[in-house]
Amino acid sequence: MELTSPADFAKRSVLAVQEYTLLSVQAVTNIFRRPRYVADFLQQADLIGVGSLPIVAMAGGFTGLVIALNYSPTLERFGSLTLTGQLVSLSMVRELGPVITSLMMAGRNATGMASELGSMRVTEQIDAMRALGTDPTKKLMTPRVVATVFMLFFLTIISDLVGLIGGWLYSFAVLRLDTYQYWNSAYQTLTYNDVITGLIKPVFFGFIIATVGCYYGMTTTGGTQGVGRSTTQAMVTSSVLILAVDAVLAQLLLILR
Amino acid sequence: MNTAMDELEDQQLDTIHKTIIFENVALAFEDLVVLDGISFELKRGETKIVLGIAGSGKSTILKLCLGLIKPDAGRIYVLGHDITRMSENELFVLRSHLGIVFQESALFDSLTVRENVAFRLVEEHLPEDEIEQRVREALSFVEMEDAIDKFPAELSGGMRRRVGIARAIITHPEVLLYDSPTGGLDPITSTTIIELIMKQRDVSKTSALLVSHRLQDGFMLAGHYYDPVTNRMEPVDGRPMRDVHTSFMVLREGKVIFDGTAQQLGEVPDPYIREYIS
Repeated sequence: MELTSPADFAKRSVLAVQEYTLLSVQAVTNIFRRPRYVADFLQQADLIGVGSLPIVAMAGGFTGLVIALNYSPTLERFGSLTLTGQLVSLSMVRELGPVITSLMMAGRNATGMASELGSMRVTEQIDAMRALGTDPTKKLMTPRVVATVFMLFFLTIISDLVGLIGGWLYSFAVLRLDTYQYWNSAYQTLTYNDVITGLIKPVFFGFIIATVGCYYGMTTTGGTQGVGRSTTQAMVTSSVLILAVDAVLAQLLLILR
Repeated sequence: MNTAMDELEDQQLDTIHKTIIFENVALAFEDLVVLDGISFELKRGETKIVLGIAGSGKSTILKLCLGLIKPDAGRIYVLGHDITRMSENELFVLRSHLGIVFQESALFDSLTVRENVAFRLVEEHLPEDEIEQRVREALSFVEMEDAIDKFPAELSGGMRRRVGIARAIITHPEVLLYDSPTGGLDPITSTTIIELIMKQRDVSKTSALLVSHRLQDGFMLAGHYYDPVTNRMEPVDGRPMRDVHTSFMVLREGKVIFDGTAQQLGEVPDPYIREYIS
């Protein structure tokens, strides 16, 4: 394997960031330019949103259940078992709902976009589209970005709700907590800031998932091996970026509280 | 000052008789020189066959014509426009006057044959009835009407190439670009594809740039014409009135080493070309 000099690595990294930024800006500005591919947006919204619903609901449900399961012994030790609903609610809505949903979406959709667009790239379909007079960023990228941001917002709400149901199931069936007490505690503890924090994050995460997936797809080189590489990179990069941006947003939103 | 000179130069260009003009075009990928100051012209109605060994820059010329890549130096005029100075958005408009058949067809694999051929018309928001009619016309031209509802994966290499031709000609482009249209095909299918290219040349009189490393494709195009009565190709021999408007260009290491007719190609003394055509 050929070794890369640090200077070359730095140059390539800066170039990649520049290309990613330009492509992302183009994907956003395309929203305001004609033609608008509404049918492609609806198709992607169905594939990304409706298609991801089962895994997002399952991930949310199990996460809520596991929070209740893991923290109930500690709460019991302090005689605060009735606060289980509050704990599940805050964890899901502020943090785990958006992050777990986004990571599931990254695994399913960023990789899907990278492999689909990557295959199109290596088989010259992207060039063919340009040659036929159609802007691939407008036709392929913008509908995916808009659909992911739009659908992730609603999927996160569903995930939060299913997570709360998961926590309630454990509380009711195992901890023998009162249903009204659980839901009342879960609801009463939430502030506007918690809800807004939980709903702002998926907008950023959705943008990261779609733009990273499309960027790796559109810049794929090296045949089928390159498609595999792009798919892996899309998954790794989008997951790391989601966690990094989550840390920054969490801090920012706490300051603004 | 330079801009004024450039505009004056543009005005003096003969874009009525010439569809593509390359002027000292150079391109390199890092240290690899692909094109080293090449110049040539494609006249209206002419078919130019670009020959050369693998890696000589043939396919790059087609991508340059479409503005898919930009040259490092020189000027490229397509249908009177200096495409080296055009933005990507301006190029999208110009590309609608050109058609290209890619080496591996580059059909959209998630779309049916109908959707592939109709792609450009759908983008132009034409009425559905008109789209259907024109798709059937284009597919009938390449004798592929039966495959209208199939996906590219269900077609053979030759069939995909024919659908690629149908997709390229559906908007009646002024210039057609063929990237190794017979590459990887068996001799019989190759002849069918060449016959279709010939039919397009002689029926629609479309200007075409055809890249190939197969000399026999070029000579078949230069030595035959399409007869609409028999619906097959016939040799030009003995028909002095029959001008097939087909010329040859040979590339070597990024330079044009020959540009002329089939007869001139046969008579050229250059040992490299003699070895290439032997």
